[in-house]
Amino acid sequence: MNLEGALGQLLALAVALLGAPLLSGWVSQCRAWLQNRRAPPLAMPFRTLHKLFWKESVVAHGASPMFRIAPYVVFACMALACMIVPMLSTNLPLAPAADAIALVGLFGVARLFISLAAMDIGTAFGSLGARREMLVGFLAEPAFLMVLFTASLISSSTSLATTVSALAHREFAILPSLAFAGLAFTMVSLAENARVPVDNPATHLELTMIHEALILEYSGRHLALMEWAASLKLFAYSCAGLAIFFPWGIAEARDHAALLWALPALVAKLAVGGFVLALIETILAKMRVFRVPEFLAAAFLLGVLALLVHLLLGA
Amino acid sequence: MGPLPELLAIDGVTVVVVAWLGLGLAGLAALHDTRVVGRVLFPLSALASLALAGFALMGLPGAPQVAVLAIGLPDLPFHLRLDALSAFFLALLGLASAGISVFAGGYFRQGEGTPPGLLCLHYHLFLAGMAMVMLADDAYAFMVTWEVMALASFFLVTTNHRIAEIRRAGFLYLLVAHVGAIAILLCFGVLQAGTGDYTFANMRAQSLSPFWASCAFGLALLGFGAKAGILPLHVWLPEAHPAAPSPVSALMSGVMLKTAVYGLVRVSFDLLGTPAWWWGVVALVVGLATAFFGVVFAAAQVDMKRLLAYSSIENVGLIVVGLGLAMVFAAYRMDALAALALAASLYHCLNHALFKSLLFLGTGCVLHATQERSLGRLGGLLRFMPWVGWTALAGVMAAAGLPPSNGFVSEWLLLQGFLFTGGLPNPYLRMLVPVFAAGVVLVAALAAYVMVKFYGVIFLGRPREEKLAHAHDAGGLERLGLAWLTAGCVLLGLFPVAVIEVIDPITFSLVGRGLAQSGHIGDWLLLAPVSAERASYSPLTFLVVTALIVVATIVLVRRFYHGRVRRAAPWDCGFPAQTARMQDTAEGFGQPIRQIFEPFYRMRRELPSPFDAAPRYRVEIEDPAWSAIYLRIAAATEAVSRAVGRLQRGRISIYLLYSFVTLVALLFLTQA
Repeated sequence: MNLEGALGQLLALAVALLGAPLLSGWVSQCRAWLQNRRAPPLAMPFRTLHKLFWKESVVAHGASPMFRIAPYVVFACMALACMIVPMLSTNLPLAPAADAIALVGLFGVARLFISLAAMDIGTAFGSLGARREMLVGFLAEPAFLMVLFTASLISSSTSLATTVSALAHREFAILPSLAFAGLAFTMVSLAENARVPVDNPATHLELTMIHEALILEYSGRHLALMEWAASLKLFAYSCAGLAIFFPWGIAEARDHAALLWALPALVAKLAVGGFVLALIETILAKMRVFRVPEFLAAAFLLGVLALLVHLLLGA
Repeated sequence: MGPLPELLAIDGVTVVVVAWLGLGLAGLAALHDTRVVGRVLFPLSALASLALAGFALMGLPGAPQVAVLAIGLPDLPFHLRLDALSAFFLALLGLASAGISVFAGGYFRQGEGTPPGLLCLHYHLFLAGMAMVMLADDAYAFMVTWEVMALASFFLVTTNHRIAEIRRAGFLYLLVAHVGAIAILLCFGVLQAGTGDYTFANMRAQSLSPFWASCAFGLALLGFGAKAGILPLHVWLPEAHPAAPSPVSALMSGVMLKTAVYGLVRVSFDLLGTPAWWWGVVALVVGLATAFFGVVFAAAQVDMKRLLAYSSIENVGLIVVGLGLAMVFAAYRMDALAALALAASLYHCLNHALFKSLLFLGTGCVLHATQERSLGRLGGLLRFMPWVGWTALAGVMAAAGLPPSNGFVSEWLLLQGFLFTGGLPNPYLRMLVPVFAAGVVLVAALAAYVMVKFYGVIFLGRPREEKLAHAHDAGGLERLGLAWLTAGCVLLGLFPVAVIEVIDPITFSLVGRGLAQSGHIGDWLLLAPVSAERASYSPLTFLVVTALIVVATIVLVRRFYHGRVRRAAPWDCGFPAQTARMQDTAEGFGQPIRQIFEPFYRMRRELPSPFDAAPRYRVEIEDPAWSAIYLRIAAATEAVSRAVGRLQRGRISIYLLYSFVTLVALLFLTQA
């Protein structure tokens, strides 16, 4: 690993750690504007994190070490995910360590730990959250993988860096397979990031909550890490989607001039993406939990359809 | 290397088999002495297992070695042969059984049915039978040792033979095993092509017509499928595995199912030469159906060993999917991809042998500590049994196919095989094969659901029964066995390139190409089976970076903020009367899966009415294969026997009439 690569990798990590809460803040700001409410400041998530880190952590009697390790593991998984998704440059020394399939595996590890930690305390809410989270996961994970496979087949590589540079170099044309994949990806990322219509990040109503039920027992620094990890997940998903469907602006290896442009391009793309997310959340209603499998099965089938369309038409 | 070290490997393996038989007979001498059997014989047996693995790994890269044992009928000796494929499966047997035998030394207690000395004999006959199946080089030796394996494991399954349910499970197992054995025997009959020479060397030399070759493949799939638990011949598996003592379940699920995989690979890639493409499609469809069925039913189970048994069905399905993919590629002479798929399949055999043994042994500890097999009466055991709980976590991650465990590597390799199918000449195949990848991914994701249920309900949460607070952790020998298997899972996950280099001679001899020989497998750190631009994965980097971030986060949070923790009661949401019984039970956790996949199950539900004084909720889930196939066969058999029974009136005059009619008919026939 050369120095330039290592610096690029650290830069990506820093951008992700700082950018992720900002993205979450931006989405809630847009949502507030769209709903005619007064918006919280953009840096609100940072203030929340700071506040939570200062508070003491309350841990239930009888919690096993699993409960206390899980926030760190989940946070590390999401940080690593942000380091292997090409967001500014495809020159990432860590990228060969994990390809598209390993990225999905990484999200799977985080899901396993967060669900196990939720079951650890032994309250009814924890296991309810774990059950629903795994329910979302077992359909969303394959659907996301189908989207990544479609991109992989187009570029004949499962390595994210190679895929993104191959997609950036093709002529501009709307490929039918990518159109299906894009639809599937949108549905999956709504579900995976606990957004309306699948979950509501602002609810604490037992009939509806998924993500909040999982982390109900957490407080203080553990909760801060979980919240930060959730925003990192949204950031990683957004960057992965942007890298696959709008790869323009991401710098190639050893292209220093493009690197200057990469950050403003990323910010612009994320701003638009965040606004679209807020728009979707505003115009859709939350669905019943047992509608979620149908929603995700549709996403999975769309992903498979994207794969088939690519194999049939070669496009 | 001179001729001496080459001779050593197969001789070493035979010596280990003899040592096992000796240990088994020594068990008879100490029939009721649990101390001698547990503290001396089983640990010695584990050392023999280690030696077996060593000899097998030594013999794996070299040329095939043969030996002839003058056992059996006068001019029908046992032909033995140690080639790369059998050496790999012997190594698998050695590595898995080393952990299981050490564990068994601490596990078996007095007073559980069969006396420990006799159990020791059955156990070692079982081990020796499996080793000899992999060494056999003629149909006679193969069938005899196959039967030894089946019978020894039958006696092991029925260890607690005083319980009627266990006797029934044992009978079912014996029945299906023999239906399978008949199919295998017929398969060998087809393979020798009328020459009357039943050595494998002769079978390799025969070139069968496509029809007979397909017959042989079909019989092999049926016969070995019955042993491996392929749909719809899986019914014995969820009955026999929970009935057997845990080390035996581990051995059956981890190793014995692999002897069936070994047989299938031996027949379809070695004895039959090049497979036909549609065999691959059949294997793909059957394998995926098996995997899907296994995982969906595992999600609905409430008995922890039954859940693991269904999960074994799922894993066998995935292995068969890999074999099918390898067959498709081999039929079209796409050797590099065939090698990739075959390597993925064999890798998964090894992984499953270790992680499933680990999980079964873990359930054994839980069973001994709590006397409970039902998930609904467990919970919170991580606190009381940390050793079992944390090793089981490694097994659970592997079974869920999550990085950086070993289960992920084989699934990753399999998916790579599915993705690069662009060179297939058949357009339908080119289109349909990647769709199978979608099925494999769905199965893998469901496996994670099942494993969260398994681990969360047993080890996490609050104890659902009061007696669980007195659960004791595993004993010394048991810990050693668990640690050995855990270490195996971790190392196989972290150093995939080393494992693939070991598998390489097998793929080289079976499909003519190795992954490492083609030059781009990656270095010790980075696994890149096709090329680094196409796909790469480095579990060690993955683990180190994650661990670094975890440590850095802990240090930074403590440095800039604080590390204070306050213990308090869990948040009760304003409802103070929460009890441990309000946690999700196994039924509750599996409920979404039951609802989504309802058409696949046959369920009998008993729902309480709102006015019940003592409300009871019951769900019984039945294997659909019973009513769809087995009960119909039973009904048909009964109908036929009833029809035959009409002939038997019990009156002597009628029987005399039968004789008379037969005589007349025979006279008429000879006249004509």
